[in-house]
Amino acid sequence: MAILFGSQEWADALKKALETSQAYKEAAKNWEGDIYIIVEPDASYKHRNIMYLDLWHGECREARAITDENEKSPKYRIFGPFTNMKQILDKKVDSVQSMMTGKIKVKGDMAQIMKMPRAAVELVNCMTAFETVFPD
Amino acid sequence: MWYFVVPEVVFGPDALSHLAELKGKSAFIVTDKNIVSLGFVDKVKEQLSQAGIQAAVFDEVEPDPSLQTVQRGVALMNQYGPDLVVAVGGGSVMDAAKAMRVQYERPDIKPEEINPFISDLGLGARCKLVCVATTSGTGAEATFAIVLTDTADQRKLSLINREIVPDIAIVDPELARAMPPQITADTGMDALAHAVEGYTCTWKNDFTDGLCIKAIQFVFQYLPRAVKDGNDMEAREKMHNAGCIAGIGFINALSSMAHAAGHSLGALFHIPHGRAVGLFLPYTIEFIGEVREELWAEIAYAIKLEVPKGKRAATILAQAIRGLAHNINQPLSIKETDIPLDSFNKAMGKLIDNVMADGSLIVSARIPNVAETERFLGYTYEGKSIDF
Repeated sequence: MAILFGSQEWADALKKALETSQAYKEAAKNWEGDIYIIVEPDASYKHRNIMYLDLWHGECREARAITDENEKSPKYRIFGPFTNMKQILDKKVDSVQSMMTGKIKVKGDMAQIMKMPRAAVELVNCMTAFETVFPD
Repeated sequence: MWYFVVPEVVFGPDALSHLAELKGKSAFIVTDKNIVSLGFVDKVKEQLSQAGIQAAVFDEVEPDPSLQTVQRGVALMNQYGPDLVVAVGGGSVMDAAKAMRVQYERPDIKPEEINPFISDLGLGARCKLVCVATTSGTGAEATFAIVLTDTADQRKLSLINREIVPDIAIVDPELARAMPPQITADTGMDALAHAVEGYTCTWKNDFTDGLCIKAIQFVFQYLPRAVKDGNDMEAREKMHNAGCIAGIGFINALSSMAHAAGHSLGALFHIPHGRAVGLFLPYTIEFIGEVREELWAEIAYAIKLEVPKGKRAATILAQAIRGLAHNINQPLSIKETDIPLDSFNKAMGKLIDNVMADGSLIVSARIPNVAETERFLGYTYEGKSIDF
């Protein structure tokens, strides 16, 4: 069953995917830091979605759809317009190439990301491990 | 959407004379003591002086340069205030120079923080970077990658950003003539690994494919000759070009698993980079295997290898690379590098961690898990073809 993007159900599905992915656990075993994934509105999408993930040494301690961006002060922020995020979730573009071409932006401790690039890749793989439906 | 980024490449005999055409007031030459003793730095200074450019020399770059070396060089650059940085040497020298140039122009960014996601480095305002290659294979004169060693963490840092590409690459075969056979072989295998991985990684693209294939052909045709006779200038020139062409090819796609494994081994056991990645290359071809069978077959066709019916192109290509390596006295297994088995086994945990954390691994067409990586390394130590 497809899960509505941006919903708490979607956050729960992602948490489950992270918890069951051996590849993610291995790649992120030294990862320390929580993340906001922020989907910004664009011409084809009027909503702004924020997903909060608390990731720690290969575990996902919390995954939550939130509405107030000030609620947390995460170590990382990954953000970009809906169309670009959707292309990643649809596996039409590579997530790291999207970041390298500025389609998706990253803010935070870049030295840690550069030490664990596969953690970011496996995180995205988990996002695409279940079927997502996007709101109109 | 993707980018194809190259420096201005000046190649062929007498390419070094292009330095006399440069505009500037003062140059900071980054090099090592061996290059100074070979007289290459004097030649560079002579050309620069014809352009009215004064030069200072920093000759303290070591193999596998450390962050600390970069900091020392930057401190001197800040005192000298050059508008040109001229790297004269192999991959280590050119990588150190790239990192120094970034920190000279952007002191707010530490070398280890250079990453592909920064889009506004704004390099070039304070100085230009010219890379003069003296080895044939790293391709560093044409790439926007820097490999530095984090001595504290015993791992190599692969730092990438499109803006750090040199402004000019000088590819003059005369400068390669002095390379001893061992370094010729090591760096030549690096060029081969770049080209094969650039052609087969998941980021391969239309703009890099032709370059990678051409470089592979050159390496198979000319590397044995260049190793056998360093004064064979046709072979020297083709290998010098192959190194640069492969560099442009792979950096605009990416290197993959042989580089991840080679970085890991090199950081812990100080095996020269080209020797390490060349050693792993046939094993990674076997490991990736059928996922890229069509591409292995294309490479085999390009170098006129016959793939008998019922045989896999990956197997034939891996055998051919081992044959080439054997001809130029390269090790075919980790055991042949004289790393004792007990030292290797003791380091296994760190070796695996380094492979799994290496940025090159993300574009491998088949990514190993931890257990597969351990098995892969064990096979490679023994010289056993990968069968899983």
